[in-house]
Amino acid sequence: MDGSRFWDGSHRRIILHSDMNCFYANVECLHHPELRDKPVVVGGHEEDRHGIVLAKNQVAKGYGVQTGEVLWQARQKCPGLVVIPPDYHLYLKFSRLARSIYYDYTDRVEPFGPDEAWLDITGSVHLWGGDPLMVADEISERVKAELGVTVSVGVSWNKIFAKFGSDYKKPDAITVISPDNYQDLVWNAPVDELLYVGRATKRKLARAGIFSIGDLASTEPGRLKARLGKMGLVLHSFACGQDVTPVKVLDPVRSAVDYDIKSIGNGLTAPYDLVDEADAKLLVYLLAESVAQRLRENRVRAQTVSVAVRHAIDLGGCIHQAPLPLATNITSELASSAWRLLCEREQIARGNPIRALCVRAGNLQGVEAPVQADLFGNQERRERMERLDACVDGLRHRFGNQIVRRASELGNPRMSHLDIKRDNIVHPVGFFAR
Amino acid sequence: MVQGIVQRRKRYVQVTARFDVDGSITPLAITWDDGTVYPVDRVINVRRAASLKVGGTGLRYLCEIKGNRTFIYFEDPAWFVEEKVVEMP
Repeated sequence: MDGSRFWDGSHRRIILHSDMNCFYANVECLHHPELRDKPVVVGGHEEDRHGIVLAKNQVAKGYGVQTGEVLWQARQKCPGLVVIPPDYHLYLKFSRLARSIYYDYTDRVEPFGPDEAWLDITGSVHLWGGDPLMVADEISERVKAELGVTVSVGVSWNKIFAKFGSDYKKPDAITVISPDNYQDLVWNAPVDELLYVGRATKRKLARAGIFSIGDLASTEPGRLKARLGKMGLVLHSFACGQDVTPVKVLDPVRSAVDYDIKSIGNGLTAPYDLVDEADAKLLVYLLAESVAQRLRENRVRAQTVSVAVRHAIDLGGCIHQAPLPLATNITSELASSAWRLLCEREQIARGNPIRALCVRAGNLQGVEAPVQADLFGNQERRERMERLDACVDGLRHRFGNQIVRRASELGNPRMSHLDIKRDNIVHPVGFFAR
Repeated sequence: MVQGIVQRRKRYVQVTARFDVDGSITPLAITWDDGTVYPVDRVINVRRAASLKVGGTGLRYLCEIKGNRTFIYFEDPAWFVEEKVVEMP
């Protein structure tokens, strides 16, 4: 049987969405069998003020523990909660291993974060008798046996419904969203269960009397466009099952600009509120160092720098942005520009403590793009700095990011252990990226 | 659970292995921490698998050692076994 004819003889695609259940927490429970029946969460370091729930296992879920809540709140809900610090290298290893299983079924695998992936098996399903359920079942069994964690798999003809299917029933389940049942399963669900309907969009839709995905599908597209702009039309097509975005093949050789990445940034909640310039400058430089290194890895230069600030007093924030005089990925230029921007726009003082900072490089262009040299600048010095960065990158690549550090870090033990570059996790590609 | 065995423990062990030209790795002997060497008589099968008993994942070798079947895991780059913790009388 032709795989693409699985759906009532129609030539629709066959897309699977595989979602590893309670990913971080289940990987930890696999490595700590003694904790398997206990409520377990993976949580950030409380001493560094990153103490939130990053992931929870099914037992903790039963107590009402939610991802993103503060650890002390989670402990109140669930006395005896076991909190494990995150081990991102281990999770990335499991992510890679899961992906290598997916590649046994198709070359069209699009990761969506470390624990989720879409698989387009339209062209290969005939090898499994044209039965996508058999493929889904085999993937589920293999992940369980080979990695010791469970997955939920959604099967549908488009990426949006396949993702809905994997979220529909958890853990360890397979859900088919077919042309026969999607009106029952998808349209009766609350509208925020659709991908890209978050809190703000849900609020806007509720004001228009749209509460379910079915309501969204039956609303006239022009009305949605008037309320939500272009995104209204996109969401309408999502709700109707008309999404045709292909499953993109991840090619690690392609650079960031090929993936249409808009910006590269790093942010951190400081281990303590920043009230003097030396500490704030140190954090800006640590963040800029990671950002510049990632720019070079992705073979791009930035034309804009922005610094986001979260104030400790009201937890309110603002973002300051400025163009760079020349497109750059040189650490010292990016860091000094970010620091200058922060000094110009913010008053760093005891009365205005800073809780968190984020440095972001935007308006990216490939390193192959010509750069207009500054007639009055020192081009020779810039080239020297580029060579210095390349040398430092080489050392860090071989011996770890801590092998070359700024002298200013050494005087601050609470920040010197931070390895922002190493701890940075990026979702590989966004849904709307080309 | 086998009588007398109260639980299993993850135990990293020293393994002597053969690296073939095709890249495959075959364990030849396990050296326990007291120095005893247990030669692997036969590898029955190899597959990637998780150890739910002691926690971990890797290439799982089902081996025959002194007439007993046991698993040895290659958790790149270390090897571990599911050590039996026996109840003392």
